[in-house]
Amino acid sequence: MNDWLDPLLLSRWQFGLTTIYHFLFVPLTIGMAFTVAVFQTWWVRTGQLAYRRLTHFFGTIFLINFAMGVVTGIVQEFQFGMNWSDYSRFVGDVFGAPLAFEGIVAFFLEATFIGLWIFGWDKLPRLVHLATIWLVSLGSIASAYFIIAANAFMQNPIAFRINEAKGRAELTSIGELLWNPIARAAFPHTIFACFMVSAGLIISVAAWHLARRQNLDTMRPALRFGLWMMVIAGIGTTVMGDQLSLAMVEAQPMKMAAAEALYNTATGADASFSLFTLGTPDGVHELFSIRIPYLLSFLSTHSLDGTVEGINDLQAQYVQLYGPGDYTPIIWITYWSFRWMILLGVLHILVAVAGLWLTRGGRAPRNAWVWRAAVWSFPLSLAAMIVGWVFTEMGRQPWLVFGLLKTADGVSPGVSGLEVLISLAAFTLIYGSLAVVEFRLIIKAVKKGPDASPPADEESSDVRRPATVY
Amino acid sequence: MDLPTLWFWIIGALFVGYFVLDGFDFGVGMSLPFLGRDDTDRRVLINTIGPIWDLNETWLIVAGASLFAAFPEWYATMFSGFYLALLLILLALILRGVSFEYRHQRPEASWKRRFDTMIVIGSVVPAFLWGVAFANVVRGVPLDADHDYIGTFVGLLNPYALLGGLTTLLLFFTHGLVFVALKTEGGIRDRARRLAMPAGLVAIIAAAVFLAWTTLAYGSPLSAVIAVAAAALLIGSAVANLRGKEGWAFGLMAATTALAVATLFASLFPDVMPASNNAAYSLTIENAASTPYTLGVMSWTALFALPVILLYQGWSYWVFRKRIGRSFIEGAGASTAGALH
Ligand code: HDD
Ligand code: HEM
Ligand code: HEM
Repeated sequence: MNDWLDPLLLSRWQFGLTTIYHFLFVPLTIGMAFTVAVFQTWWVRTGQLAYRRLTHFFGTIFLINFAMGVVTGIVQEFQFGMNWSDYSRFVGDVFGAPLAFEGIVAFFLEATFIGLWIFGWDKLPRLVHLATIWLVSLGSIASAYFIIAANAFMQNPIAFRINEAKGRAELTSIGELLWNPIARAAFPHTIFACFMVSAGLIISVAAWHLARRQNLDTMRPALRFGLWMMVIAGIGTTVMGDQLSLAMVEAQPMKMAAAEALYNTATGADASFSLFTLGTPDGVHELFSIRIPYLLSFLSTHSLDGTVEGINDLQAQYVQLYGPGDYTPIIWITYWSFRWMILLGVLHILVAVAGLWLTRGGRAPRNAWVWRAAVWSFPLSLAAMIVGWVFTEMGRQPWLVFGLLKTADGVSPGVSGLEVLISLAAFTLIYGSLAVVEFRLIIKAVKKGPDASPPADEESSDVRRPATVY
Repeated sequence: MDLPTLWFWIIGALFVGYFVLDGFDFGVGMSLPFLGRDDTDRRVLINTIGPIWDLNETWLIVAGASLFAAFPEWYATMFSGFYLALLLILLALILRGVSFEYRHQRPEASWKRRFDTMIVIGSVVPAFLWGVAFANVVRGVPLDADHDYIGTFVGLLNPYALLGGLTTLLLFFTHGLVFVALKTEGGIRDRARRLAMPAGLVAIIAAAVFLAWTTLAYGSPLSAVIAVAAAALLIGSAVANLRGKEGWAFGLMAATTALAVATLFASLFPDVMPASNNAAYSLTIENAASTPYTLGVMSWTALFALPVILLYQGWSYWVFRKRIGRSFIEGAGASTAGALH
């Protein structure tokens, strides 16, 4: 077989690319549904027109983005069966349930109430209409829980027994499955991170307008809102990230070792955290490194004299446990993705705190660089999110379900490399073109600003907008 | 009835929900070139399903995920076996979904034209391929001892399956026209009703042949009864349409679609994916199902969640029950360039 027609490799590329792509839109769906709901609530409660404009303005961006989240999500749902049929057979009894719950409990809610929200402005009483966007937000957050609980089973399989005769894992307790310690930490961590991304969007957009001294009456409050949201969500992300580290060390010590490229088991001050390392290309020998002693020990065990197992020891243990093989993920990816996630997160909190200081009491910085930096909030927070997932998923390798099923054993045996190549090419093409369209539309909506075309009826805050139509 | 059998019928019901609901969305999409004389017309058409197409499509996600949870083997075999067909369906659904959202984002005629074309393609392709896929499931496909599909893509394009695809295509097209007649006013409504007659007639012929073939070659007494009922309802729908009873025409059309899908499931029973090469390799309700525990968990969830879901989805249809026409679009026209759309 040709190497580049290897169905396993191509399926991995396809799954990775399509989930990353899906996750470019999901954080905004989760974060913006919430934010828009807050803006709309504010408007309903206070009658301040600025908040209605913000609702519509960010609502537009939210909807352009929402459509992409939906259509790329269906692909994900189908891919388990299409590309990972042996995986589906193996875990279906366990993994299918949270996926089905996600559809039944969350997606139905979201899909129904998003329609009511978009088209119901003039059809529903004001409070009922407000409730629809809150239900959309609730649905999006619930969907995140179920999918993360499903993913947590792959990271830390629990609540199952193996049925040798059928060659599959079988669910023993749904409560335990949904209460996976990894899910309990990963869910709030991810939701807070989604809020960071959406705060990043608000900051970027507001900074862009404020730098041009336009739309002040809406963009000033929006900027302050975004900055506060970034700080609060940033702290939440960090605190939960710390919890997640502990849970992860428990479930997958190899991932933490790989995150630090720690080859030899280390204790206390030796369990240091490197901020930056230059090494030989295979990562085995380091040439130069800036290190913080004790930090890795603290991250992994919450004590300064804890012991962190190294890759070499773990590899030896795993060979004992699971038989011969290479149980080490690709170190340079885990090492750098972990660092970039944390670095970007800390950076965002600092920048947001600085922003709050600079804009206190209605001040507006004159320095163009301040605004230019602020505009980067959105792309960089999204990047932190993506590298975080890349770390999580790549750090799990070579396992598909940790300790139970290798990635290589999950791939569909009946699907040829050519077929996967065709689908990979098709997805790349269509996703690529849609990304361009979507990006342009969002930029256009952003540039237009909230005040560009106030509907005629807007002067009286009593009248809601006329029917919204496609 | 034991749990696996119960879930076989629930999966059937979920696909019925999907095809009845998204079926008319496909029909509306396909009707754009026939009923939409100008941009306003086309917007009227798209807005008949604007608030609901997403929730209709979600039935597919729920059906797919429930299939995964209740019958992992079936899900795995069918989805990997029909790889390219499903790929085409996915691509089509992507195009359709984004087009609804994007076509009105810019005023240029060429921009809108492009998305109109994508809506048509995005409706025709799944409407046809779903029929092909399910006909193949009923017909049986070559499987190996591990239940993996060992046929080819071209092998899926046999006459029976192609006829199945044609049938769903025509049924959904008619279903969409009847829906448009029910939901619009003025010229579009008249045109939709008029076009529904020839379309319905052709659909009746295709469906009659397909259902007869299904019953004779793969059917059971139960599926035969359901098939006859489906055909009768389809004729009833055509008559109602002729008489101008739009509500009846739509209701009967929905029931036809439901029974047509039910015919397929009844023909399958108690298999879920028969192997055409060796009956011993067939996937059955028995050997494809999840454990009783998982099915029990799913049953409780469905028991509590489904009534609530039906309630709020019904409410959504109720909120948007009014007919719409050109004046609706023109009235909102000015504001569409504005904030939210
Ligand atoms: C804005 C995004 C963002 C930011 C600033 C951070 N993270 Fe994060 N992190 C994520 C976004 C993210 C994520 C993309 O959402 C992940 C992927 C899987 C998950 O549950 O969350 C993730 C995963 C993830 C994992 C892997 C979990 C696993 O594989 O089981 C750990 C250990 C941390 N994070 C720890 C942290 C720490 C200690 C941070 C300190 C600042 C931090 N993260 C900031
Ligand atoms: C949305 C955030 C996610 C991102 C960005 C992401 C990213 C990735 C990447 C990069 C890979 C390829 C890894 C490799 O093959 O080396 C991958 C694989 C995979 N992920 Fe995720 N993932 C995400 C969430 C999920 C979730 C929630 C699930 C399950 C519920 C999941 C299930 C899988 C599966 C089944 C594979 C394929 C097998 C494999 O290669 O390990 N992923 N993902
Ligand atoms: C690889 C695993 C994943 C699968 C199978 C998957 C599945 C889906 C599906 C089918 C949709 C469309 C829903 C609709 O039509 O209404 C969707 C959208 C969405 N997904 Fe994912 N998803 C995955 C990863 C994730 C992750 C990791 C999260 C959250 C942390 C997430 C959260 C969402 C949200 C909030 C939406 C918004 C659109 C909507 O629900 O309608 N997804 N996903």
